[in-house]
Amino acid sequence: MSTREIRISGFGGQGVVLSGQIVGQAASIYDNGFSTLTQSYGPEARGGSCTAEIVISSEPIGYPYVQNPDVLIILSQEAYNKYKNSLSPDALMIIDPDLVNSDADQTPAPLAIPATRMARELGRAVVANIITLGFLAAVSDIVSLEALKNSVLTSVPKGTEEFNTRAFETGYNYGLEHGKRNGVTGG
Amino acid sequence: MSENGALCGTYFLNGDEPCAEGAMSAGCRFFAGYPITPATEVAERMSERLPHVGGIYVQMEDEIASMNAILGASWAGMKSMTSTSGPGFSLMMENLGLGVMLETPCVVVNIQRAGPSTGLPTLTAQGDMMQARWGSHGSYEIIALVPSSPQEIFDLTIEAFNLSERYRVPVLVMSDEAVGHMSEKVVIPEIAPENLVTRPRPNDGREGYLPFKANDDLIPPMAIAGEGYRFHVTGLTHDERGYPVMTAEAQDKLVRRLVDKIRVHRNDIIKYEEIGVEDAEVIVCAYGISARIARLAVQQAREESVRVGLLRLITVWPFAEDRIRELAQQVKAFVVPEINYGQIVLEVERCAAGKARTLLVEHMGGSVHNPQTILDAIKKVAK
Repeated sequence: MSTREIRISGFGGQGVVLSGQIVGQAASIYDNGFSTLTQSYGPEARGGSCTAEIVISSEPIGYPYVQNPDVLIILSQEAYNKYKNSLSPDALMIIDPDLVNSDADQTPAPLAIPATRMARELGRAVVANIITLGFLAAVSDIVSLEALKNSVLTSVPKGTEEFNTRAFETGYNYGLEHGKRNGVTGG
Repeated sequence: MSENGALCGTYFLNGDEPCAEGAMSAGCRFFAGYPITPATEVAERMSERLPHVGGIYVQMEDEIASMNAILGASWAGMKSMTSTSGPGFSLMMENLGLGVMLETPCVVVNIQRAGPSTGLPTLTAQGDMMQARWGSHGSYEIIALVPSSPQEIFDLTIEAFNLSERYRVPVLVMSDEAVGHMSEKVVIPEIAPENLVTRPRPNDGREGYLPFKANDDLIPPMAIAGEGYRFHVTGLTHDERGYPVMTAEAQDKLVRRLVDKIRVHRNDIIKYEEIGVEDAEVIVCAYGISARIARLAVQQAREESVRVGLLRLITVWPFAEDRIRELAQQVKAFVVPEINYGQIVLEVERCAAGKARTLLVEHMGGSVHNPQTILDAIKKVAK
């Protein structure tokens, strides 16, 4: 049984849980595997710390929490400080460099996508998470591109599919261009 | 959508959502509730979907009224449900007892969060397990089921309706935040009508109908308000006619039956899952989210050649007393991890009756156990 683990962490309002939902659904419904999404957040509607954890497997999942993440998507300094240590050498860390100052000696070195800025440039800051998922699809094979795309389309509000597809592709193309880590594909 | 209104198919859902879907699949057509984290998604899903299947959703002023409303709906012939968490569950306790006394089928879902009081609204716990058993006043028996996954919430919500209809008692679905807010693949099948139970109904004439005269199985057939039966129901101790009788004899007759109708059928009610108990010297007894954490610890202990098995409780009330007594003859010890300061462990200890040691692995809530603490406990008692 192969198990892969993803942690997405930032603050409430960034679409952390929706990102987790999209990845989890991609893995279990569109890639026909199994996945478990767990989430933790505070009582605040926005601004509190927020984490989504996804475990993906070819078999039903017993223990549902991330123990040793293969992929981390880090969207706040607080989350970075909390999760930057004890990563396995082949873990893939993705950060938004406008939100996170990573240490110069961070290992493994993170990949950066300024998704929040790119989302504003596209016209709506709320699609930053979708841009980040497009980036994930380009730099990792943790879920298939098709599955992730399908999952985005069925998870976003009706009428916004085209805009979200554009956001996803923006992130994907950015990933193809900037997402190589010494020739290693993460995840 | 299937004939009974279920959205058949395979979905990626959080645990609260298939709870609502299970209810609708079971034929629930009345929901009254008051939103509360982490149970809000149950109510939300019901409010969105119930009108489409011909049901009624009512957001009440509070949980006291919610509990009363589902009892009323049940007497009007509908399968009914409410959902809540900690503080709301406390408010429901008095009228839960009314439901027991009036033998009213209904389902109460508690997605547990950490207490006491407001506690940790968004974070998990299993601190209401004894409240589920003893939260209302007086002597009674109740049925409580504990799911470990979103799929199992779906399955057990249907089971809860079936048991409540069969035994005419409120049935509790005692989930927790971790399972309620966990998303996984959920398969919603078409539920065949023969797999759904409806309450026993009176078949003799309306003349002389005795609403609390039980059949041989201790369960009285239930008339529906508005169908022409004349009857009276009251929370006071009552006779077979439903009229108050303020005597020790009436109390003995009624309350003994309310308790016994569950006790004598316990082997039909109680469900559990066993993994690797055949050769076990140590049994980890766990339920809900803790059973999934315990399962990892059990696997790890097996890899270190510790003879340990898992007894996962699916029905917590009535308690799997007979099975624990049997296992106590076989094993050295029970390890009981739960997200509270020791509740179900007391039952395990009582049933083990000194034949096997019992060790609690407590956790105050806000998160689940670290599997290592359960593994350490297993190794400690296996020595």
